[in-house]
Amino acid sequence: MTEISPVLQLTGISKRFGAVQALIDVDLDLIANEVHALVGENGAGKSTLVKILAGIHRPDAGHLELDGHELVLSGPAAARHLGIAVIHQHPNLFPDLTVAENVFAGRLPRNRVRGVDWGRLNRAAEKLFANLGVKQRVSVPVRGLSVADQQLVEIAKAFSLDARVLVMDEPTAALSGREVQRLFTIIRQLRGRGVAILFVDHRMEEVFEIADRVSVLRDGRHVITAPISELTPADAIRHMVGRRLETLFPKGQAPIGEVALEVRGLSRSGVFADVSFQVRRGEIVGLAGLVGAGRTEVARVLFGIDHADAGEILVTGKHADIKSPTDAMRLGIVYVPEDRHEQGLVLDFSISANVSLPIVHRLSRLLMIDRAQEGRLAADYSKQLQVRSTGVNQAASGLSGGNQQKVVIAKWLATKPTILLLDEPTQGVDIGAKAEVHRIISQLAAQGMAIVLISSELLEVLGMADRIVVLHEGRVAAEFDRDEASQERIMAAATGQAEA
Amino acid sequence: MSVRVIDAPTDSALARRFGLERTLTLVARLREVGILLVLLAVVAIVTIQAPLFFSVSNFEQILLNVSLIAIVAVGQTTVVLTRNVDLSVGSMVGLVAFATGDLLKENTLGVPGAIAVGCLLGLGLGAFNGLLVAVAKVPAIVATLGTLYVYRGLDFLVAGGKQVSAIDLPRDYLGIATSSVLGIPTLIVAAALIALVAAYLLRNSGAGRELYAIGSNPAAAEVVGIPTHRLIFGAFVVCGLCAGIAGVLWGSRFGSVNALAASGLELQVIAAVVVGGVNIFGGSGTVIGAVLGAILLATIENALRILHLSEFWLLAIDGAIILLAVGTDAAIRGYFQRILTRTGRR
Repeated sequence: MTEISPVLQLTGISKRFGAVQALIDVDLDLIANEVHALVGENGAGKSTLVKILAGIHRPDAGHLELDGHELVLSGPAAARHLGIAVIHQHPNLFPDLTVAENVFAGRLPRNRVRGVDWGRLNRAAEKLFANLGVKQRVSVPVRGLSVADQQLVEIAKAFSLDARVLVMDEPTAALSGREVQRLFTIIRQLRGRGVAILFVDHRMEEVFEIADRVSVLRDGRHVITAPISELTPADAIRHMVGRRLETLFPKGQAPIGEVALEVRGLSRSGVFADVSFQVRRGEIVGLAGLVGAGRTEVARVLFGIDHADAGEILVTGKHADIKSPTDAMRLGIVYVPEDRHEQGLVLDFSISANVSLPIVHRLSRLLMIDRAQEGRLAADYSKQLQVRSTGVNQAASGLSGGNQQKVVIAKWLATKPTILLLDEPTQGVDIGAKAEVHRIISQLAAQGMAIVLISSELLEVLGMADRIVVLHEGRVAAEFDRDEASQERIMAAATGQAEA
Repeated sequence: MSVRVIDAPTDSALARRFGLERTLTLVARLREVGILLVLLAVVAIVTIQAPLFFSVSNFEQILLNVSLIAIVAVGQTTVVLTRNVDLSVGSMVGLVAFATGDLLKENTLGVPGAIAVGCLLGLGLGAFNGLLVAVAKVPAIVATLGTLYVYRGLDFLVAGGKQVSAIDLPRDYLGIATSSVLGIPTLIVAAALIALVAAYLLRNSGAGRELYAIGSNPAAAEVVGIPTHRLIFGAFVVCGLCAGIAGVLWGSRFGSVNALAASGLELQVIAAVVVGGVNIFGGSGTVIGAVLGAILLATIENALRILHLSEFWLLAIDGAIILLAVGTDAAIRGYFQRILTRTGRR
């Protein structure tokens, strides 16, 4: 490519959150009249990069240049005024204000008596939409518009500020096929007018349809940037998953028994459809897929928090009617949720109070909790799971992430489950504690528990699971046995690529 | 976002955090002790200014004034622990007080019968609040603001401009407030018993533990299968029952009841609960703390009267104490939160 000076150039960008290195020395350049796609696995650092461009986060190292001038983004307003517009996955609008008011929020045109000049406001908004080639009534409230239309409002807002750089974070995630095509038409139009576009996505077919160049991030690092013509989807996926020198955590030997849990054609409208799989005793089934593919949603239905519209759940071969978590627990199903702070732990409670919470009535005599028994139970599980604490009376809020996760697992083990649904059990946990959590999962399988493991970390799924079910946009895209699975095959299925 | 953690906290960081944890627990326990200390300080200062203040009969008077508020505060605490609030307690006390007084005037059911009916009425009014919040999902602050007016309206309707005076009431009913058990006024004994039983149940029963869990982390409570709605309903019923008990004792304590009895009581009760260290966002605090809060506020009120300070000062000081209590809480929480974050907790 001949030397075209980039509109926006990022050099050596690094960003750290506490102990977590989200971006390491990332370079990226955006050129006018070009759509630049940014792809990567969950947690590769895409969102962090978008937030840096939006002025939400500041990089720890590296610098940004706009037209060759060093740029410091002091906040989202600064980024907008410099012509960098970021369209987030979920539009961020005022639902009760009209389209026109949203587009010009914070800078409504005023008339002579300092009131809002509605005529001028609506005409300006209409002109913006006409320029985008979109028909949109501007005097209706935003509430009630589809996500796709709300995105267009965001785009119109960006161009009312003369945006020169447009960053779109997974804009197609919530759109239908036709809406995606309309969005692409608009993107191409904007590209033709000299806008530099960064298109963050993980759907390969879309990336290869719209992008001129593609950059891949992996584990916070920039892997490659290449013109789209020099890359195949398979290449891109290979770069996304890479080959990491990390210890695998293999599952230990466990006798596989009869089918403990079977899901047949399970559907929940708008979330997932026709999901079927089986889990046997002693078996770990990995549920892989990208964020938003419907993995957590399936688990929530299995645990009775949400409800299916169609399909059947069978526990040990019998039809199971699961209306609430209590029903699920009665059937021996438990769910260790993804977010241990939001749904897992009661931080104010001690370790023992957390562990005993689901079975507090079983531990009670004449309505009163048997403290001695409660303490023994918590101490037993703490020991078994090696929870590091000052004792079972320590408040859960003072534990490290890994130890909190062990307390959440202990809580569920105390209910003596036969089917364990684990949702991202090692997310945000340090390496040492991660290995321990893997050891615990492996032991539980060896004891005959049927385990569903939801994880965004391919190596974790590959290491732990006997079988892997890959979800893509709410449907089962593929199912692999342990020995036929590979990072590439899982990622290909998860990104909607047919088997190569 | 899935993230990679690079380094685990070192042992010394862990040790420091554990030390901190002990301090945090201590501070939480000290909350009650803190109110006691403030109370003692108030007593000491006022005694120096006005020695009359320091007498058994004056303290007895203060506790008598507190007793009914304390009973209502026990119920209110149960509700506040679940992240809700009951604004209708004053109206419930008033309605029950008048209804009981009316029954006693006719004297068809006898004193025990009238008391039982009054308590049941309180229970029913609480259950209606519970239905609105737990079943119809009306936010508690709105639902009980509504019933505050509805119950007071019913009170006016029943009273029809009349009032129940001491001469209408049976002698053995009026005797409840002046009687004593082992030299301690019956009302004080009743309030203390109710508070101790509630404190014990909240601390040691399975349902009590679950109430705290609901207030502390509703999502987690739901996920472990705690019947959240049933328990919130139960908390409102308990609150109604407590208001009912206070209501049936009202006439005995004050000798007469009119349709305005106990109006505004809800604010005094909520003030006591908040000053007593019960988190208005649920999940932490104790009944004992709430009762101590009520005693502290009543003591200050009494002291100001003895010092002949104007009503304005009373209100201003009550307000200042609420702000101080809540401000101290927020400051302590913020302080420890910062330290915890610094030692590496995510």
